[in-house]
Amino acid sequence: MTIATPAGPLHRALGLTDAELAAIHERLGRDPNDLELAMFSVMWSEHCSYKSSKPLLGTLPTTGEDVVAGPGENAGVIAIGDGLAVAFKLESHNHPSAVEPYQGAATGVGGILRDIFTMGARPIAVLDALKFGDPSAPRTRHLVRGVVRGVGGYGNCVGVPTVGGELVFDASYAENPLVNVMAIGLLEERHLTRAAAPGPGNLAVLYGSTTGRDGIGGASVLASASFDEASAAKRPTVQVGDPFAEKLLIEASLELIGGGLVEGLQDLGAAGITCAVSETADRAGTGIVVDLDAVPRRETGMAPFEVMISESQERMLAIVRPERLAAVLEVCGRWAIPAAVIGRVTDDGLIRVVSGEEELARIPAAALTSEAIVHHRLSSPPARTRSAPAPGAPEEPGDGLPERGMDPGAVLIALIGSANLGSRAWVTTQYDETVGSDTVEAGERSAAVLRIKGTTKALVAATDAQAQVAVHDPYLGAALAVAECARNVAVTGARPLGVTNCLNFGNPERPEAFWRFAESVRGLGDACRALGLPVTGGNVSFYNESPVGAIAPTAQIGVVGLLDDIGLRVGPAFRAAGDLAVLVGEAGPGLAGSAYAALAGLASDDRPPSLDI
Amino acid sequence: MRVGVVVFPGSNCDRDALHAARLAGAESELLWHETPDLGGADLVVLPGGFAYGDYLRAGVLARFSPIMGAVRDHAARGGLVLGICNGFQVLAEAGLVPGALLRNASLRFEHRWVRLSVERRDTPFTSAIPAGRELRLPVAHGEGNYFLPDHELDVLEARDRVLFRYAPPEGNPNGSARDIAGVLDAGGRVCGLMPHPERAAEAILGSDDGLLVFRSLVESAAAATSARAAAVVA
Repeated sequence: MTIATPAGPLHRALGLTDAELAAIHERLGRDPNDLELAMFSVMWSEHCSYKSSKPLLGTLPTTGEDVVAGPGENAGVIAIGDGLAVAFKLESHNHPSAVEPYQGAATGVGGILRDIFTMGARPIAVLDALKFGDPSAPRTRHLVRGVVRGVGGYGNCVGVPTVGGELVFDASYAENPLVNVMAIGLLEERHLTRAAAPGPGNLAVLYGSTTGRDGIGGASVLASASFDEASAAKRPTVQVGDPFAEKLLIEASLELIGGGLVEGLQDLGAAGITCAVSETADRAGTGIVVDLDAVPRRETGMAPFEVMISESQERMLAIVRPERLAAVLEVCGRWAIPAAVIGRVTDDGLIRVVSGEEELARIPAAALTSEAIVHHRLSSPPARTRSAPAPGAPEEPGDGLPERGMDPGAVLIALIGSANLGSRAWVTTQYDETVGSDTVEAGERSAAVLRIKGTTKALVAATDAQAQVAVHDPYLGAALAVAECARNVAVTGARPLGVTNCLNFGNPERPEAFWRFAESVRGLGDACRALGLPVTGGNVSFYNESPVGAIAPTAQIGVVGLLDDIGLRVGPAFRAAGDLAVLVGEAGPGLAGSAYAALAGLASDDRPPSLDI
Repeated sequence: MRVGVVVFPGSNCDRDALHAARLAGAESELLWHETPDLGGADLVVLPGGFAYGDYLRAGVLARFSPIMGAVRDHAARGGLVLGICNGFQVLAEAGLVPGALLRNASLRFEHRWVRLSVERRDTPFTSAIPAGRELRLPVAHGEGNYFLPDHELDVLEARDRVLFRYAPPEGNPNGSARDIAGVLDAGGRVCGLMPHPERAAEAILGSDDGLLVFRSLVESAAAATSARAAAVVA
């Protein structure tokens, strides 16, 4: 089989470097064929392999006595008593949303929801953290409109309430908006399901939508490269979402898990079937042989590599004992979901792709996943950061608040009227906040509160970032975001349980960009250790750059907390006239990175706020 | 009182309706759309959601589900039917209540808390609602803009078949004709409404006004049962 490409070697067209090709040769002991090369290219993409971030992510604190599943699984899971557990994760869908805002955002919601119910949890809430450029620019308006409609269109239809998040405008996101979505699910601990393929002889069942040419190379081509003028031509790499299909998948999957019918479950996202079979096999120390001809397709004439790396949405891979196959197919049939046995678990540790008698690919599962290439990137602090002017330099007044607004009343009015602090009702009214009948607090509150039926408990969730501070000091920005997010959860009366994160940065091959990432991970780790919070999962999004530059370093943090007795919830402030307002903590100087500085500009003595974690 | 909540593929308020009916003291169960059997339900709830994805037009496919024949027979026998949001859209498509639900006037999905005035309290859906009490409920839909030609609206109003209207200060969220939020069929036993009483059945969720609708239904069913029993004894 050959893959037609523009001039030049195939591996480069697929996004692999010459050194990476050599590493593939080393692992196989031979040259890969075109199909194998395509499979490596998606699995060794930054998006799937975390090849640049893995060494640093390993420094984060991940354990805690209640942690049931941590990084490496589809979502973090923490026990909350009564035999229950919460699954949660934050993930990006930035590049697809820049190219095709509605579908990019919609499939971002679909992908993170699948991560949750794959663990055996029913998704109960979504939060979205959205970052865009200047709100008055026509392109920004187009993106905001499409992304908000996409998040709502998907979440509303599947019936998971969108209960919070944040919407931030900053010029650095103009060409590269950020769409980070957090999802939360509730499960009975006994239903916790792993994304593994144990038991040679077990069957690999693909169920959900059929496989088409949508999203070919999304992981490698779109998510793992910077934006340039050619990005519009990458629109076909964006997947198309079908929330109705997802809703059926949720119900069928939870029924399969509840009935004890599956040995392992994995959703299909980036890198499609290739990723699902190699990750599940590698986690269990097994292999899987894939019968290419058995994959249900929605298009004719698909090449083997297209079938193997397609990112068609709303698909799941279940590992099933042969004697339970009939029961699995019955459940899928009742929900009118196509299902097919596409492979078998083996004991040889290999991912083999066969068509008829012919073997098309033969790769050790580990070579695609746990033993994928790792890059130790160069890191060096930028020669110049976007910080305060040097002492003695003239002030740089912003035009949002002339004369740096010394009149407190005028400052207040300018702040509450600014794009970053104004009402979010235009967004939140497009999101169903109350479906599920668990929503106690949602919308523009800084944390969402969801009661747990049948108990006195409630889950509390928030997501925050401090990208404007991180512009000045990425370590501080990440640590501040953890502190803010944990505080937002704690002020409801809840005990923060754990942290998820989505780290959005520029090109890791540039030492300055990588330094920002490294500093942020250090800040995240130090803050989590200081607060005693485990990091149970997350996502890294690199290459958030356009020809005009990189985005502000954005470590988006998500925290989930537990209120043992919802009766003790602390509600909104300012409830009655005459109540006293008490400021707790010291208010020191530290205007750099603030909403005020965004309006009024920086003065020579402005520094980022201090943090005593 | 037995309540059956129909599950269409894509229903997503089915478990919410089940929960609210149980809070009101009813025995409740889910009914699968492919089974043309109501399991002896006194009240059938068609819940909110996006049946079949609502990609074509809200409710237009669900009306052909096998269970809808049984729902139609149940209504014809004077059985109680409550269609909420997508359920209202299905009832309208099936011709079991008058009118059509168009795209919202804003052309956007609208989630917000609204206030409803209760136009009649002598119905099985509203009998437990205290006089003068307005209901605070959430709406969450993209197609809830109630439409009927003017002369038919006149007839509907003349026959007291408008059950709920959007009321100030929040007002009409979707452009519905004459602020109509809920209507009755000719027999007064089938009701369609856009807002979600099942999501507002506990004070912790922001309002328990919705429970009054379910309580009304449970109490009317109990009254009907004891009237039947009395008739048998007599």
